[in-house]
Amino acid sequence: MRQSLLEVADLNVSFGEEDERHHVVKDVGFHIGRGECYGLIGESGCGKTTVLRAIAGLNSDYDGSILLDAQKQPKARRGAGFLRRVQMVFQDPYASLHPRKMVEKVLREPLQIHGFDRQRQRIDEVLVQVGLDPSFRYRYPHELSGGQRQRVVVARALIMEPEILLLDEPTSALDVSVQAEILNLLTRVQRERGLTYLLVSHDMAVIAHVCQRIGMMQHGRIIEEMTSEAVRNGQAQEQYTREFLDASAAFAAALEGDAT
Amino acid sequence: MDDMYQHGVRGWLAAPVPASAAQARAQQIWLGCKRFAANRSALAGLVFLLLLVIVAWLAPLIAPYNPFQQSLAARLMPPSAAHWFGTDELGRDILSRIIYGTRITLYIAVLTAGIVAPVGLIVGTIAGYFGGWIDLVLMRIVDVFLAFPSLILALAFVTALGPGIENAVIALSLAAWPPIARLARAETLTIRKSDYVAAMRMQGASHLRIIWSDVIPMCLPSVVVRVTLNMAIVILTAAGLGFLGLGAQPPSPEWGAMLSTGREFMMNAWWVAAMPGIAILLTSLAVNLAGDGLRDVLDPRHD
Repeated sequence: MRQSLLEVADLNVSFGEEDERHHVVKDVGFHIGRGECYGLIGESGCGKTTVLRAIAGLNSDYDGSILLDAQKQPKARRGAGFLRRVQMVFQDPYASLHPRKMVEKVLREPLQIHGFDRQRQRIDEVLVQVGLDPSFRYRYPHELSGGQRQRVVVARALIMEPEILLLDEPTSALDVSVQAEILNLLTRVQRERGLTYLLVSHDMAVIAHVCQRIGMMQHGRIIEEMTSEAVRNGQAQEQYTREFLDASAAFAAALEGDAT
Repeated sequence: MDDMYQHGVRGWLAAPVPASAAQARAQQIWLGCKRFAANRSALAGLVFLLLLVIVAWLAPLIAPYNPFQQSLAARLMPPSAAHWFGTDELGRDILSRIIYGTRITLYIAVLTAGIVAPVGLIVGTIAGYFGGWIDLVLMRIVDVFLAFPSLILALAFVTALGPGIENAVIALSLAAWPPIARLARAETLTIRKSDYVAAMRMQGASHLRIIWSDVIPMCLPSVVVRVTLNMAIVILTAAGLGFLGLGAQPPSPEWGAMLSTGREFMMNAWWVAAMPGIAILLTSLAVNLAGDGLRDVLDPRHD
């Protein structure tokens, strides 16, 4: 078995005060090898985004361990070493870009924080890589479309040259027509840079398009892990997974029917 | 016609693809100015305020008389060609005094705003961003200040510090910063949970950097609008302090103090009180109108 780059073990997350504590994530564990794409799928509220935020260090209130290269990460503020290797793409590009910051500033700030050289050149390069003309650098978010914004968000994550991208439903806030563009961008960038992805989504089509291995989540647990071939061939073991797959297949078919 | 828009400053401001950060910023400001100018009453308020600034600046050139020049022979003269706004009980020209009084009013208003905005912004954003006991302590201090009516608080401070313009400014600032801090804190509470702040944290930004570069730019518009609208209250409170004899001291031509002395002659010489009263009224009206217009331009929720 390959050495895993990112490993999550016995992850438990609860929210709320003592009397009404909700146990949102229960004993979640998985590992992702270098260059692999791992997908977490499940219905809304099953805790998949919470897992992602705990890994990212945005929620330090968890139990369990998160290992990067077999090194356990501290719960509180993650060090610069972690952040340079792990970056995140957020769900809603309308909320994750500061409304008063130019694209240029959004992309320059991480470079300044981590003391990168050739800042101007790096910004141009990353804009081209995500499919935006370098002239977009002097635009404000409200001058961009949803898809363009999400490209900027991807550029912001890529500019630190990370090894792992945490993708939190990167297409669900976008128009259907734009979703495919962003997914293709993500798969292309992954090939070009040899990135490792952890993708969270409720959309089986998105997950199966990008990921090799998939974890099915229900009520805060990973109930089943499978390969994307197994998903395509309908070889799920658990009853819930089969229902979920059937439901999304039926939904996809209904959409196709609408389209024709 | 089309050519005209392609060249020169206008073309530069209307260019669809800005070529530099400065140009992009200038375009945003230009759009804001256009929206502000579209609001006629706000524009009128702003023009009046600019006029006041010019009057204050050029007071010695504009004022027809020396504001301190007494002439007992010309006491309580009604408005006439020689004295447009009449004269007061010591024969001083009221127009000249109001013109010089502009300086005092603007001095108080601008200085108070200059103290209140940064203090309120810093206290509010720090309390809102860090939360926990820092928030608790800062907000209880704000509560203490808010518990007193602002004029009473200002009165208490002026009595303790002694009357005078500088002390009036300090007293007014002490009374005016807590609502600004509250406002900034409320804005910060929503901002700190946003994805763009999470993104900054993912990039390893320090708390100071997040407050400075993400939180404050988002709080600034509402704080600026609030401070501007507050300026009308500050001008009125300053006049109130002057009226009670606790602000600027005679013979300085402060509008509130002038109004106060005019009160004695209300029955047979209305202009002594009415002229400074109108000046106060128009100024606070202009500030309110301009502040409203500014809100339409700056506050993203009013788009």
